[in-house]
Amino acid sequence: MSLAAFWFVIIAVLWIGYFILEGFDFGVGILLPVLGRDNASRRLMINAIGPVWDGNEVWLLTAGGATFAAFPLWYASLFSGFYLALLLILAALILRNVAFEFRGKVDDRRWRACWDAAIFAGSLVPALLWGVAFANIVRGVPLNAAHVYTGNLLTLLNWYGLLGGLVTLSLFTLHGAIFLALKTDGPLRERARRLAVAIALAAVPLAAAFLAVSQVGHGKPWTDVTAALAAVALLAGTAAAFRGREGWAFLGTAATLLLAVVTLFGDLYPHVLPSSTAARYGLTVANASSSHYTLTVMTWVALVFTPVVLAYQGWTYWVFRKRLTHADLGDQVTPEATGSTGGTGEPGTTAATVGR
Amino acid sequence: MSTLDLSRWQFGITTVYHFIFVPLTIGLSLLVACLQTAWLVRKDPAYLRLTKFFGGLFLINFAVGVVTGIVLEFQFGMNWSAYSKFVGDVFGAPLAMEGLLAFFMESTFLGLWIFGWNKLSPRLHLATIWLAAIGTSLSAYFILAANAWMQHPVGYRVNPVTHRAELTSIVALLTNSTALASWPHVFFASLLITGAVVIAAAAWHLRRPGEQAGADRALFRRVLRLGLSITLAAAIATAVTGDVQARLMDSQQPMKMAAAEALYNTESPASFSLFTIGSLSGNQELWSIRVPYLLSLIATLDPHGTVKGINNVERAYVTKYGPGDYKPYIPVTYWSFRLMIGFGLLAGLLALIGLWLTRRRREIPRSSWFYRIAIWGVVLPYLGTTSGWIFTEMGRQPWTVFGVLKTQQSVSPGVTPSSVIISMAVFTLLYAGIAVVAGRLAVRHIKAGVPADSETGTPDVQLPVFSY
Repeated sequence: MSLAAFWFVIIAVLWIGYFILEGFDFGVGILLPVLGRDNASRRLMINAIGPVWDGNEVWLLTAGGATFAAFPLWYASLFSGFYLALLLILAALILRNVAFEFRGKVDDRRWRACWDAAIFAGSLVPALLWGVAFANIVRGVPLNAAHVYTGNLLTLLNWYGLLGGLVTLSLFTLHGAIFLALKTDGPLRERARRLAVAIALAAVPLAAAFLAVSQVGHGKPWTDVTAALAAVALLAGTAAAFRGREGWAFLGTAATLLLAVVTLFGDLYPHVLPSSTAARYGLTVANASSSHYTLTVMTWVALVFTPVVLAYQGWTYWVFRKRLTHADLGDQVTPEATGSTGGTGEPGTTAATVGR
Repeated sequence: MSTLDLSRWQFGITTVYHFIFVPLTIGLSLLVACLQTAWLVRKDPAYLRLTKFFGGLFLINFAVGVVTGIVLEFQFGMNWSAYSKFVGDVFGAPLAMEGLLAFFMESTFLGLWIFGWNKLSPRLHLATIWLAAIGTSLSAYFILAANAWMQHPVGYRVNPVTHRAELTSIVALLTNSTALASWPHVFFASLLITGAVVIAAAAWHLRRPGEQAGADRALFRRVLRLGLSITLAAAIATAVTGDVQARLMDSQQPMKMAAAEALYNTESPASFSLFTIGSLSGNQELWSIRVPYLLSLIATLDPHGTVKGINNVERAYVTKYGPGDYKPYIPVTYWSFRLMIGFGLLAGLLALIGLWLTRRRREIPRSSWFYRIAIWGVVLPYLGTTSGWIFTEMGRQPWTVFGVLKTQQSVSPGVTPSSVIISMAVFTLLYAGIAVVAGRLAVRHIKAGVPADSETGTPDVQLPVFSY
């Protein structure tokens, strides 16, 4: 395998990390108005992703930086071509991130409602647009001989792109619902689990249709296998959610996202950004990559530091592995709950108290 | 306006805005780490209270710094795709390293610090804030190494076949003399801003009527002294490191040095003008206040040293790079250079006066003019760093990569002016709104005072400040 091909794999890995990790915190944000019936449950939802969402987002920054370093032409054509779509994503991420930090700073209902809306919209827009973007990358976009994008925002909003968008939106929402069922306790856990099964009713057919269309149009024999496995993982995850096995359900949706990204990157290879204007105008792993020296340096950096990053991010998830309860936040949900405030609390008693 | 002009304005607006939040993130993360260390070593609860007080302020600031940073990384590809294509092989490496080596560390350990108060042992918890602080400063180094390459490109060659820059030595890139000189300057300027914020917070509380400031009056006097000491030390260090940079600039970018002084013709010895009224377009100086020998001293360390003039450098560049205009916009470089130095010195002077007024446990009366100036003095170092960045980036013009690639060749060919107008409007409005909200929250947080002992004394419950 050439170094450029290796970096194509690294960038796929970074997007897999980003979709699996930020996928669930987008999902939690989207479900905020649905599952967060009162401020206490909304706080519980936000604090469930609190320690990790920022670290999750760095996967995107690193994917961007790695693309810049390893495939400058891909980075240049893609980012300038998808200008307004990326603007929407950036504006959404900005609003969402400051909303997390600001919402609890003022004790006022309207203030919180405002930032809750920002978290919802700021999660929904990127969850949709990342799918639109990836579908269009696989499908190919109008590029001229200088690899410059000649379409506009509407070019990206074709039916295949929109289908891709609905797939990431529904998969992230499902992934988020399962994450909440896994990380919380009491009525919220149960409602999240039941909602997950309902979302799966939309996510499964959408994902199946999208993967089938992708395989018919751009598939390779081995990606047919990964696409089929993605569908199996999604069904298995849904079944696990249905049976209340949240850990397995989460692994299932995570595997679905992994296999779906592998399938799309596999379908794309050896191209990185095909041109729908003329095949020869497209960008490939070979003609878009950096020099051998830069790729060698970056390979060493990646080989040494990626395990370190994975180790400490994994450790973070280990530290915050316990289910989060109202008691953890010091929330006094009912007057009776005051007594149980403190420590991690007994999940059972807290659930009972909150249930009243 | 063309896509080029609009993109330059947008890059300027988003970068200046980003750097309002970055220095305080660098400085406060270190201050908080030091305060928490002091608490663990000395067991004095006052240090824990201050850790939480400045920690809360740090988080408000950090959130905005992060999101505005993402915009910058994306903007290279969005608005400057020709630049990205040309330099990606070289410039992309430090950016990718920043993500993998520094930014992951910063955000992951910060998450652990915010939410780990009850979950980690005190020592491990302390380690998380130190790792976050180190990640922040490391992050600054990679970004400055990338910027230094634009000011003084090293460790690369231009491939004659592809017409793109290619990295030949990562060591040369990361040990670029320009990066080694600019990191300490930016680091100490960040401490200068942090010191000024600490002073302003303490001064606001010390100015309040006695019964309101209450028992924390003594604590805030200590905080004030701390802020004054940080500010004075940082001001001196910023000046010294800036001086080192000036000599590098004189040898690496003589046009920028000449433009900083609006020195049109080579002089030896060269004087430094504190204030000049000149014709904006022409090469004519109408009236000025001058300090003899000072520019020679800044640029060469020798009072009789030769400083090259704009016209002389221009002739040399035309010979070297072909016909063209190689002058930056002189009024901007001239004034931003002076304002950078002036605001920095004023901040240092304020700290010096404050330290004198509070010498040997002396108290400043509550009604003193000093407090009022100290509160508003917080803007001084901010104006200084903003002027500094405007100077160094505008002074590099017409180049994006000095001597290699011009700004007009860097812009995205496929992006329409209307797209940039839309994005600039979105960023400007969004940033303005966030600035107002973040500013108010920060002021509110400072006015609420240091969390009381009882609030910090119950380790079972997370403080409101430290959960969402």
